[in-house]
Amino acid sequence: MSDIKFTIDGKACKAKEGQSIVEAAKANGVYIPVLCHFEGLKPAGTCRICTVKVGGRFMAGCTTPVAEGMIVENMTPEIEDMRKAIIEMLFVEGNHMCPTCEKSGNCELQALGYRYQMLVPRFPYLWPVREVIADTPRLYLDRNRCVQCLRCVRDIVTADGKHVFAVTNRGDKTLITIDTKLAAKLSDEMALKAMNQCPVGCILRKEVGYKIPVGQRKFDSKPIGSEIEGR
Amino acid sequence: MGNISDVVKQAAGKYRKDPTKMLDVIRDVKASNGQLSDEAIAAIAKEMKVSTVDVEGVVTFYHFFSKNPAGKYTVYLNNSAVAVMNGCKEIAKVFEKETGSTFGDTSGKGKIRLYWTSDIGLNDQEPSAIINDVMFTNLTAAKVKTIVAAMKANKKVQAMAYEDGDGKNQDALIQSMVKNNIRKKGSVLFAPFTPGTALKAAVSKTPEDVIEEMKISKVRGRGGAGFPTGMKWDYTRQSKGDKKYIVCNADEGEPGTFKDRVILTELPEMLFEGMAVGGYAIGADEGLLYLRAEYMYLKNYLEKVLETMRKNGTLGKNAGGKKGFNFDIKIQMGAGAYVCGEESALIESAEGKRGEPRNRPPFPAQRGFMGKPTSVNNVESFCCASRIMLEGGAWFANMGTMQSKGTKLLSVSGDCKKPGIYEVEFGMTIDQLLAECDGKGAQAVQVGGPSGNCIDSSKFGNKICYDDMATGGSIIVIGKNRNLFDVVHNFMEFFVEESCGWCTPCRAGNQLLLHKFEKIVHGHGTAQDLKELEQWCVTVKSMSRCGLGQTSPNPIYTTIKNFRGLYEAKLQKGDFVSEFDMAAAVKDSCKVAGRKPIVEGH
Ligand SMILES: Cc1cc2nc3c(=O)[nH]c(=O)nc-3n(C[C@H](O)[C@H](O)[C@H](O)COP(=O)(O)O)c2cc1C
Ligand code: SF4
Ligand code: SF4
Ligand code: SF4
Ligand code: FES
Repeated sequence: MSDIKFTIDGKACKAKEGQSIVEAAKANGVYIPVLCHFEGLKPAGTCRICTVKVGGRFMAGCTTPVAEGMIVENMTPEIEDMRKAIIEMLFVEGNHMCPTCEKSGNCELQALGYRYQMLVPRFPYLWPVREVIADTPRLYLDRNRCVQCLRCVRDIVTADGKHVFAVTNRGDKTLITIDTKLAAKLSDEMALKAMNQCPVGCILRKEVGYKIPVGQRKFDSKPIGSEIEGR
Repeated sequence: MGNISDVVKQAAGKYRKDPTKMLDVIRDVKASNGQLSDEAIAAIAKEMKVSTVDVEGVVTFYHFFSKNPAGKYTVYLNNSAVAVMNGCKEIAKVFEKETGSTFGDTSGKGKIRLYWTSDIGLNDQEPSAIINDVMFTNLTAAKVKTIVAAMKANKKVQAMAYEDGDGKNQDALIQSMVKNNIRKKGSVLFAPFTPGTALKAAVSKTPEDVIEEMKISKVRGRGGAGFPTGMKWDYTRQSKGDKKYIVCNADEGEPGTFKDRVILTELPEMLFEGMAVGGYAIGADEGLLYLRAEYMYLKNYLEKVLETMRKNGTLGKNAGGKKGFNFDIKIQMGAGAYVCGEESALIESAEGKRGEPRNRPPFPAQRGFMGKPTSVNNVESFCCASRIMLEGGAWFANMGTMQSKGTKLLSVSGDCKKPGIYEVEFGMTIDQLLAECDGKGAQAVQVGGPSGNCIDSSKFGNKICYDDMATGGSIIVIGKNRNLFDVVHNFMEFFVEESCGWCTPCRAGNQLLLHKFEKIVHGHGTAQDLKELEQWCVTVKSMSRCGLGQTSPNPIYTTIKNFRGLYEAKLQKGDFVSEFDMAAAVKDSCKVAGRKPIVEGH
């Protein structure tokens, strides 16, 4: 299979047939920010942070396959500002009190907030009232922090193919939920996987917390994306 | 009303526990059990072998499901913009007074439940409501009193009708008060049509020639997006698949559109034949009509039409007399969600899931219903296909403008004396239309529904066609005395609720747009706020995943463009005005302390 040639912000890149723009960019050392995307999972395209511009049209880099000769705009001021707006939307749409959050330092939303130098969101806080679900033995769901990435929905499935997580309602009331009966039967390993799968501090493991002290966490020393850009 | 687990077992059994029939199972359970309680949801999950939260996800997605208790009578009163113009709020008060219930009360008391719903496809006969699947049109205070008295006396809903509909609305299987209000007949839809002839003409050609004829006609999709139908059929024909589907989009959810309802009532044979023509062209043996839940009252009638078409050989084995062409049509009911009009969301919904649009690629023509190549077309598009088979593509292409051929059915409503259905040739100006529907002196016209364009009188000379004033058919006339901001607000609330919730810009962005819009309209905004509002519209339009979010800012966006003066009149001087209202914030505590607030400037 011959390589596909395309460019990102003028940089000549090569990709394999079937790769998404995000994957192909990563393979070429170019960072396109992602949040709902998780390697190995079928892309969902929920967060829209990976939006790029191709031929004058905006599209999600994680769900769009690269094509021969594609000219991709990535880090233009226009796109970067809109991405920042998305991050800000996610902050104001939920209730995020980072200093009290177990995920702080390991959180991808927080890390994106830092990377995009979000000081104060341009949007007003919406202060939704969201119930915490804690009646499962291993996990609890602080839905105030959910960014509706659907990683948990896509990945945490029982042996007989049933979803443990699902989305309910729609529009401004859209909310993640967990099947408490199925969750009660989750193995330790699956529970841990669910927690690690969640990019934010919504799915948390009960009993263990702050195992790694704040200050020594994933994004505490290096910004998100630096692993790809090699900075 | 039986034991829940028996009810669920029966419903699941009826659909052979097929997960793609989830919507039908849920509807049956709701009908027998009265409510989709947690217990019922858990029972459905058990029978259908999926997780409880998956069933809950579906139940809570659709407006006409919900976990709220249904009463013996459930009233869904329409609160779309034109309904409000025509006084639905006053009607609501009468309902509340007479029943003693309140709208949206989910406490489950009493046998009459009152809920709001948005746009039920009766914009030309508002205020209107759906009570237990029966349409009640042109409501007045007196009519509501009679209806409520009848409900209290446990009368049958059908027996509460106070007038007759027109045309086929009087058919024994419809018997509805709904009026067609056909004001202007054109040569494509409302010219005489002899059932059976269009398909006969099609099958006398090769499928390739049928597609060629469609291409010659230059007909473009009537559902709003305007994609050339011949090309769509060609792609679907060329896609590899052991099975293909033709799907008719009868979701008709865009507020202000009701032309598909009239086609379904008056021209179902022409529509179904058009689907068979499409099936023949792309190589499908199955058609699906996705019918919005609001049009449930037409279902038995449409089933009968299909049955007759099977009997006379237009459908079924060797359809239209063509040896080897087997084609039949099924009806799939929706359950109340605007986004299900988006073709890939429609497919998801038809597969028994939440109506969330899919990521593209793949397109439905490549992988659609049940993963097979599928062509989704609008009701009116199929009727055009039938006519093109009879009259030829060149005949069709003779009408209209350069880019927009043929005629278009318009649903006209709002502040005009003759609301209803108009079949007009593409290229007619808004002014000409206003003259015909007696809507002269309008302040604004909403072309293409809330997702379209709200124009001021300086653009009334513009033409109705894809390259100028594009519309899927919705035309709402807004009179001089209306507060345009009320209309914009109504539309934005609609989008906030109808967003499927999948992607950030649409789910969160529309709420934020509404907030900012309210800030300005309430007189707390500055020039900076107006500038930001416009920018945020662009962000939501650019970043959203599907057509809903890509157009949902339009009520605000197009009114800022076309009625900037109205917004500017609301602005505060200066760059910054505090959003914090000190006087309001201390009002309660002052009252307790018996003091007057001491606030600067008050
Ligand atoms: C939010 C949304 C709602 C839509 N609603 C409808 C609808 O109710 N009816 C319809 O025919 N098309 C609707 N469409 C357009 C469909 O996605 C699709 O383009 C159309 O059904 C194709 O048929 P056509 O080519 O015959 O127009 C909608 C699109 C979006 C984005
Ligand atoms: S989830 Fe992330 S952004 Fe939200 S409070 Fe926790 S650390 Fe902060
Ligand atoms: S719970 Fe976490 S993983 Fe699941 S959708 Fe919310 S943010 Fe994503
Ligand atoms: S744009 Fe709106 S309706 Fe479309 S996928 Fe996103 S959230 Fe759903
Ligand atoms: S990473 Fe592509 S949409 Fe979220």
